[in-house]
Amino acid sequence: MTNDLARWQFATTSIYHFLFVPVTIGLAFLVALLQTAWYRNEKPEYKRLTKFFGTLLLINVAVGVVTGLVQEFEFGMNWSAYSRFVGDVFGAPLAMEGLAAFFLESTFLGLWIFGWGRLPKAVHLACIWLVAVGTMLSAMFIMVANSWMQHPVGYVLNSHGQPELNNIGALFTNPTFLWGYVHVILAALITGSLIMLAVSAWQIQRHREVASFMHSATISVIVLLPAILVTMFVGSELGVVQTKYQPMKIAAAEAQWTTCQPCSFSLFQIGGGKNDQTPSQIIEVPHLLSLLATNSWNGKVVGLNELQKEYEAKYGPGNYVPDVFIQYWSMRIMAYLATLIMLFALWGGWLLHRGKLAESKWFLRLSIWAVVTPFLMNTAGWMLTENGRQPWIVQGLMKTINANSPSVTSTDIWISLIAFVLIYIALGAADVLLMTRYARKELGQDDEQAGESGTTPPSATPIPALTF
Amino acid sequence: MHLHTLWFIVLAILWVGFFVLEGFDFGVGVLHTVVGKTDTERRVAINTVGPWWDGNEVWLIVAGAGTFAAFPGWYATMFSALYLALLLVLAALMARGVAFEFTRKSEDRRWQGTWTWCMTLGSLLIPLLIGVGLGDLLNGLPINSSHDFTGNFFDLLTPYGLWTGLTFLGLCLLHGATFLALRTTDPVRERARALARPLGWAAIALVVGFVIWTISIAGGTDVPDPVQILAVLAVIFAARLAATDSDGWAFISSAVAIAATVGSLFIKLYPNVMISSTNAAYSLTVSNAASGGYALKVMTIVTVILFPVVLAYQGWSFYVFRARVTAPPGQPASSPPAAAPAAPAAPATPRA
Repeated sequence: MTNDLARWQFATTSIYHFLFVPVTIGLAFLVALLQTAWYRNEKPEYKRLTKFFGTLLLINVAVGVVTGLVQEFEFGMNWSAYSRFVGDVFGAPLAMEGLAAFFLESTFLGLWIFGWGRLPKAVHLACIWLVAVGTMLSAMFIMVANSWMQHPVGYVLNSHGQPELNNIGALFTNPTFLWGYVHVILAALITGSLIMLAVSAWQIQRHREVASFMHSATISVIVLLPAILVTMFVGSELGVVQTKYQPMKIAAAEAQWTTCQPCSFSLFQIGGGKNDQTPSQIIEVPHLLSLLATNSWNGKVVGLNELQKEYEAKYGPGNYVPDVFIQYWSMRIMAYLATLIMLFALWGGWLLHRGKLAESKWFLRLSIWAVVTPFLMNTAGWMLTENGRQPWIVQGLMKTINANSPSVTSTDIWISLIAFVLIYIALGAADVLLMTRYARKELGQDDEQAGESGTTPPSATPIPALTF
Repeated sequence: MHLHTLWFIVLAILWVGFFVLEGFDFGVGVLHTVVGKTDTERRVAINTVGPWWDGNEVWLIVAGAGTFAAFPGWYATMFSALYLALLLVLAALMARGVAFEFTRKSEDRRWQGTWTWCMTLGSLLIPLLIGVGLGDLLNGLPINSSHDFTGNFFDLLTPYGLWTGLTFLGLCLLHGATFLALRTTDPVRERARALARPLGWAAIALVVGFVIWTISIAGGTDVPDPVQILAVLAVIFAARLAATDSDGWAFISSAVAIAATVGSLFIKLYPNVMISSTNAAYSLTVSNAASGGYALKVMTIVTVILFPVVLAYQGWSFYVFRARVTAPPGQPASSPPAAAPAAPAAPATPRA
């Protein structure tokens, strides 16, 4: 019970946190691009766009940062047995994240917000780029840590049977990390560009500053199109890596109970769960699963039943099959949405090429609604990754059931779970309210501070600060 | 020196740095409605920490993550033991962190009022609760042989822990007042200086009490060590100087007072990191809670390379915004806020 509650809490808080993370990473990069454009061409509309989307970035960052704090504390609060067991390895990337990424991000964000007109233009531009780099570094360290849970490397077991770090380089060259990190960054760029595109489309639809918002729409599509194309390739390679190191994850994602060779990909099915291993109404594509999971036309995918036997022989009795329903559908939601986004991006690219984006009523309309897709896609991707690791918290080393805090009662977790849910609802409501309000504002004028009203400091007079 | 001792020092420095820097942010957060009578004045007060508070808070995050990396046992026991207290800290950190960004994003009075309360209460609760938690490390908590906490929430409210929390809060308030005096002008500065006097006296009482109590529970000698003496002297200086025109010296004194007070706690704690009140043999120490030698070595190298860089750019950011913050010219303190006009409503008839 306590363990289940702790899992619910972690799932809730981390899924929620990751609604904001990709927006921050994606928008920071895009705002940096806008400001770079302004720096180079000195056209005022780029500065106005930078401030406009910068405000949206800041609103989002506020919630992203504070919900990240919860994640940092939660390992020790809810998962003390885990923290004690793996801290030697797992703690290092987290500490490095703080030193290398959080300081960079927060300090230069402060400099950027308050540095308009105070810092030289080039230095001010460097600030937003350092923020963008900081967000991506932060994701890097977290993915190093997470990938270690998926595929632990670079450690030895000490005399207490605990993993001890013995090769930090191995953590950063973990194949699960390399592919997973690129995948996450691309997903973030997709998320950011779809948001910028949605806002631009909404404004263009209303004939507001069409020429200016066409700039941001163009940049969005230019970032979106390669990002979605490459991410589908990277995602499929990540699948191959996982088939190798976490075969259960992929077999469960395909509801593949029996070993197959060659394997067809199930596009849709009803049933196929634990107690119903032969699903009905399957729509299949021959050879596709072999291709996706192994990169070969006739590749073999080991089935769940066989893997279960292997694992029992290796790790002792127990159920080693993750929840097949969640795996199967999160895989499909992620992949199908990615396909839709790809088609949409291709359409956008085509319209852009023909110079007709601003006139395409349907594309603009769809752009606004497309903003929900990356959030569903990202969440499904993480469900696939994390649920697919179960019953392990660290693959092959520690089971989730043994990882929660012995001293924390289920009452404690109920209290904190309810508190987090209530706080998150309030924060989410405030965030959505502000995001939609500021996204619908008119583009601010260059000289006025409308886009930055909340954060523009009253002017500072040149009185020296230290008066002794 | 063994690496785990070095890491104990690194973590102590991070906690000290956190309280010295974020300490004035907390003080400003609590006091901004007291020193600022009008909306503009309150914005002036908040903007004195505007560019920095987020970077200052990272000291806390790195202290936490550094504990995880260097002393997994300490991190595991401390964070699970302080469970509900940390939940409150998190709630306060969240409410306050968002308030910085959200408060002025709407003209609605209730909206602004709510976030202002989040700012004030959050800034008050965080140093108080963290102080209680750090005090408990030295005071001792029921911890069993497998290093798990065996008490409940009320066991965390030890008298010494509470006094430590009040001391840290008192110092943050004084530090915030001296900081505001240094960073503002005119009525805001005058009010901050006026506040610093009573806050100074309270802080002196709290710090003296804290030093005596610490000596009595930590055992060993009956005389205060140099850092404890420094803490007392510095807080007296800060209280005295706050009444004069020496804004800079007053601020430096309150910074030293906070650094020495927090530092003295860690000095008394070493070589323990968490004392067990159940049985001294169950206490967590720098050696039994630490990571292996390789992990500590990696972390040491990373810190030696990165930390000076962090200090350099954080220092630069303090330098960039060193000027005093004041209301924009032509805007008397009683005028309406210098905020953007309310969001224009979406056009009733889209022309699309």
